[in-house]
Formats: sequence, C-alpha cells, structure tokens
Amino acid sequence: MRNPPTLLSLTIDSALINFSTISDLSFVPEHILLELFVRTLKAGKLNEKILKLFVATGKEEILSVIESLNIQHILVPVLPTRKLFHDEVDIVIGALQPDLTSFMEQWRPFFSRFHLIIVQDPDLKGELKIPEGFNLNLYTKSDIDKVVGSSSNAISFSGYSCRYFGYLMSRNKYIISIDDDCIPAKNSNGEPIDAISQHIINLTTPATPFFFNTLYDPFCEGADFVRGYPFSLRSGVECGLSCGLWLNLADYDAPTQSLKPDLKNSRYVDAVLTVPARTMLPVSGINISFNNELVGPALLPAFRLAKEGKVRWETVEDIWTGMCVKVVCDHLRLGVKSGLPYVWRQERGNAVESLKKEWEGVKLMEDVVPFFQSVRLSESAVTAEDCVVEIASSVKEHLGPLNPTFAHAAETMVEWIKLWKRLRAN
Amino acid sequence: MAAAAPPLKDELDIVIPTIRNLDFLEMWRPFFQPYHLIIVQDGDPSKTIKVPDGFDYELYNRNDINKILGPRSSCISFKDSACRCFGYMVSKKKYIFTIDDDCFVANDPSGKQINALEQHIKNLLCPSTPLFFNTLYDPFREGADFVRGYPFSLREGVPTAVSHGLWLNIPDYDAPTQLVKPRERNSRYVDAVLTIPKGTLFPMCGMNLAFDRDLIGPAMYFGLMGDGQPIGRYDDMWAGWCIKVICDHLGLGVKTGLPYIWHSKASNPFVNLKKEYKGIFWQEEIIPFFQSATLSKDSTTVQKCYLELSKQVEEKLGKVDPYFVKLADAMETWIQAWDELNPTKAN
Repeated sequence: MRNPPTLLSLTIDSALINFSTISDLSFVPEHILLELFVRTLKAGKLNEKILKLFVATGKEEILSVIESLNIQHILVPVLPTRKLFHDEVDIVIGALQPDLTSFMEQWRPFFSRFHLIIVQDPDLKGELKIPEGFNLNLYTKSDIDKVVGSSSNAISFSGYSCRYFGYLMSRNKYIISIDDDCIPAKNSNGEPIDAISQHIINLTTPATPFFFNTLYDPFCEGADFVRGYPFSLRSGVECGLSCGLWLNLADYDAPTQSLKPDLKNSRYVDAVLTVPARTMLPVSGINISFNNELVGPALLPAFRLAKEGKVRWETVEDIWTGMCVKVVCDHLRLGVKSGLPYVWRQERGNAVESLKKEWEGVKLMEDVVPFFQSVRLSESAVTAEDCVVEIASSVKEHLGPLNPTFAHAAETMVEWIKLWKRLRAN
Repeated sequence: MAAAAPPLKDELDIVIPTIRNLDFLEMWRPFFQPYHLIIVQDGDPSKTIKVPDGFDYELYNRNDINKILGPRSSCISFKDSACRCFGYMVSKKKYIFTIDDDCFVANDPSGKQINALEQHIKNLLCPSTPLFFNTLYDPFREGADFVRGYPFSLREGVPTAVSHGLWLNIPDYDAPTQLVKPRERNSRYVDAVLTIPKGTLFPMCGMNLAFDRDLIGPAMYFGLMGDGQPIGRYDDMWAGWCIKVICDHLGLGVKTGLPYIWHSKASNPFVNLKKEYKGIFWQEEIIPFFQSATLSKDSTTVQKCYLELSKQVEEKLGKVDPYFVKLADAMETWIQAWDELNPTKAN
C-alpha cells in the first residue's frame, strides 16, 4: 500500500499551483521554504517573479542555495522573439560538390537558426562532408529512389535538379535555395550580408506587380509609393518568388562570359523591385526563395538539355522553371521580386569549355521566351498545380513539335504534379 | 574642364519652367553652360526673370506664348509648371532635358558630383530592353550585360525615347503621403538604370526628365493644369501615361533610375492636397483606361497615336468628368500647334 501524501507535501503542491496568488513568503519557516524552493526547481517553475519572492525573504539558507546553484537574475530583458519565421523556413541546398564544409561554415551565422535540407546530387558518389551543429536533413540517391519510386523514370533529380527533391520533402511555408558555390557577399563596411533575412523580408512583404513604383520597393524603410501611384493598388499582393543577385561571377551565359572573361559584377544595386505582371524574366536558380504554400508545385525539374551539366553554363533548367513560376504568379495575382539580396559567387569551371560542350540552351531560349510571353491560363486554374498542368499541356502542343526536349519537359511536368499530389496526400 | 566636347552640345535643349528665379543654375553651371536653355516663364509676364550671365538662352513668358500660338495657346497651362511643354514645342533640337528650378546637383555615394545631364544622354543614346526583363538592369551599362536565359534575338533592344531620373532628399510623394511622413527623405542611392517593361505603366515625374523629341516629342503634352483648371500636379503623370502607351505601341523604350538630382524644396502639402484632390480619385479611373488602351495599326506616327488616344480620352474618360472632354480637345489643339511649329521636312 502506498503511503498517503503528507500534509506538508500537499501544502507545497498547492503553493506551487497557486504561486501567482502569493506575494510574500517571509512568514514561511525556513525549512519549509527550502523544500518549496527545491520543489519549485524540480517542477520547472522558477521564474523571475518567483525568484524575487524567495530572495525577498532574506533567509540565509535560501540565498546560499541560490548562490551555489548559480541562479542569476536575467539582467537583459528577454525580448519577445521578433517574427523570425524560424519554423516556417527551410533552406534547401543541392550538393553538387562533396565537401560542403567551407560553404556551410561561411553561411553558419545566417543558416544556423533554420532547418536545412541538403540533397546530394545522385551522381555524386561517396559521403558528403558536412560540418556539425546544423539542424538538417540529408537526402541521398537512395532516399530519392525510395520516395519517387517508379516515376523516377520520367523525372531526373541529377545535377542542379537535386534540390527539387528537397522542395518536395519540405513541409515549410518558405523555401530558400542557394547554389553550393556561393558564399555571403560583403557590404560596404566589409560585413557579411544576411541573404536569408533579406529573402524572408522579400517573401513576407507585399509585391506590387500592377503598376511600377519608381522608388522601387515601397515597403522598405525610407521609401514609399510615389505621387501618381493609384491608391487602390497600394496594398499590393503576396509575394510568390524572390530572385536574388550575385556579385563577382554573375549569371551570364557561356557565350557572354567567354567573350568577356574578365567581366565580373561589382555593382551593388541597393533595391528590391517587383517584376511587373506579364513581364517575363530569366530566373536564375543560384539565389532564390519562394512561398512553398502558394507556388511550391511550380518549382519543378523539367527542362533538361541533352548535355546538361554541373555548372550553370550548361543548364537552363532554372530559367524554364522560373518562367513557369512567373506565369503561375501572374495568373494567380502573386508577385515576383528581383534584386537584393546579393551573394558572392565563386569561380568555378570554364565558360569556353562549357560553350564547346553545351550551347543548345542558348538556342532553345528563342522558342521558350515567346511561348511563355504568350501562354494564357484558364479561369478554372486556381491553384499552382492546376496552372502547371495547363502550362504542360500548352508546352506539349506548341513547343513539343519543335524539339524533343520540350516534349519531354511537358511529360515531366505532368509526372511532377502527380508525384507532388501523391506525397502531399499522405 | 572636360577634355571631350560636351555630348550632344548642339542637339539638346534644356527646358526650365520658372515662376520665381533661376538662381539654381549657378550650381549647374559647369554642366549646363555649353547647352542652349529654353526658359518658360510662368505667371506674371511683366515680371523680369534674370538669367545668370554666360548662359545661351531664349525666354518665353505668357505674352510670348499667346503671340506665338494665337488661339491655340489655350492648351498651354497657366500658373502650373505644365507650361514647360511649350518649351518642347518651340525647341528645334533632337533632345530635351527638363529640370525644375528647385533641383540641384546631387553627390553619388563616393561624394562625387553627379552630372545628371551626361547620364541622361547616355541613357538616351543606348537601347532599351522593354520586351524581357534583365535582372542585372541596364545591360548596356559598363560592367553589366544580359544574363543567362536572355534570348539573343532580343539583345539589340529598341531605341530609347525617354530617360526618367530620380531624386535624393525630398522624394516625389503625393500630398497624403507627405502629410503622413513629412520628415521622410530619400537617401537611398540605387545604382541602376532599367527599362520599364512593355505593358507596364509608371508615374512619370517631370522634375528630372529627358527625351528624344523626334521619337516622342508630340506626346509630351503636359495637359491642362493650374489656373482655371480643377486639377494640378498631374501634368507629368498625364504625359507619362500617354507616352508609355504610345512608346509600347511604337516599339520605343522608357528608362528609369539614374541620374539622381538633389530635390531641395518640399512644397506645402495642404496646397498640394487641394491641387491633387480630384486627381487622387480620378486616377482610379484613369489608370485602368490607360492600362487597357490600344492603338490601331494605322497609328504609325506619334501624332496619329496621340490623336487616337485623345478621342479615346473623350469617349471613355469624358464620362468621369467634363474636364476630360476639355483635355481631349486640348490634346488635339496641342498636336495642331506642334505640327504648325514643327513642319515635317518630308511631303
């Protein structure tokens, strides 16, 4: 038979529960006070106010216990956490190189608060080197094969496309993705720039696609809508996609960089702007972020060149995807922003070599751009999934006959949506 | 002193509307002196406005405007800086740069003085890219280019008709914004020039503006504002919406961004509110009108486009307020006056 609780312990229990009504402990005998203190600690209920009550008794034993346990008053007030969106953000990194140590260390101050999803390029053999101390999930070829199953025939996650598997796995609202050969850029004071924060700001402030503001982003500090900007358009719309830029090695194509091997981007343009509705742009996958809830399904791996490579000069998959996303955003009345943040892009590869190997991408743009500029979606397409399916059908009809790459892209887009829906249904 | 001759020295006029004085020209002297000025004096014609020595200029007051245009002078506003467009009309040059008399030379982040005129000229002399957005902004600027994915067939660009500059210090806000944020100053130097995409409208500010008269001049009418009119401070806005529709139709480009000037004077927000009041409501109708305005294939010159637009203004905006019927009429008068003063050499 269990011993019934003592009156003392019942009293202490009651005190613990009702601490908020207690304003003075000085009348409590010291040995009971000690017991109360220990039980408060065990229950995890010691806060600033309660600590003050104990200290105010002036009882020596209590004070020495407090000292020996090194319990300190919090001098700096704990500020309520600014909406930092910690648990709403996933940083997705496609690993195309085996050693991510330097990359992750450079980004650590800005990555460490967030959950990371790292996807290893299925073509990359061996184990990735990743430094400790990050909250991350790592996915490799075997994970991809397991999850994607039979449709892995249609969808390739090789090379730069590996990150899309990360998008698929993410259940967070905002996704930020940066190429693994980019490090934080520095501002004019030599301090590293927090690209993650800037992307979050871009995604969580309204966009203004229906009328151009000549002072750029009207929601940033120190700016506003200018004279002549209609008031009915000043609340803006939600931002679906944020495209950042690059200092040092800019995202030029192989012909351009080959022609101008010394051309580096050193101009820091201190602006974010909304790319107007119905205006197409080349979205570079090097430094982007998006609202996964609103446009997630449209960030897809579909457009693979015959000699698709492992440097950006040998791919246009992100350009294709970016235009899909822009069409979706325009149709769903969402915004796409471009500008800050900058990242510093390190040099890798050789533009001339890439040009020799793969130039088809440049040629295919001639058909891709007019297509996306003119594609229109039906009223019944009300989600990103619907939009992608309609775009795919239009690609098949209008671009498919021109080049097998397009026909394949259309098929892959349809497969992707099926996969997306299947995984989200669980 | 620059070693090279000032660019477009004999091909560009600087048009300045003023009602007070031209003291601000002293600061601009190193940059403006080689150029010809057209001063449009607003307000009381009997007042003498002194032009600082050493400038080559022509000056027009209201009497001059009435004499030159006769009955057509009704289209030129009185007691509003909109009167500046008279200067565009009488100019014989290819390019115009217009600036307000409370705009001074700004400094770039390195502390160097900005030669706004030189930057406008650079903007006008190199192509625009309205058909596809370049994420690195103006690809023709030094140190930049077209990014990956930009189709080569679109890399030639189109001729630039307008260069719209910006302002540091006092930003160009409307009266309600000024009232709410009287202390806000624009201190952000955005080192970019970019083409405003086709199909997108923007608020064009006349404080720091340059354009190619041959390409777009006749559409740069700044409307009926000021004395005797129900609205003010929408002159440049009106012109901006008109020119953008026409530029989009004719395949011309409009750039915005650099150069910056230093805007020193904040006008009285209560006075501004009275002037803008109707405009704030009307623009809710005006914007959709311009956003959906289409011009026919037969409108192949700026004048034809403008006249077609004026008919649409009368038809569609006339319902909003009789002012627009008057404005449409003035738009026609403007074209007549323009054509008379600027007879085409051909036929």
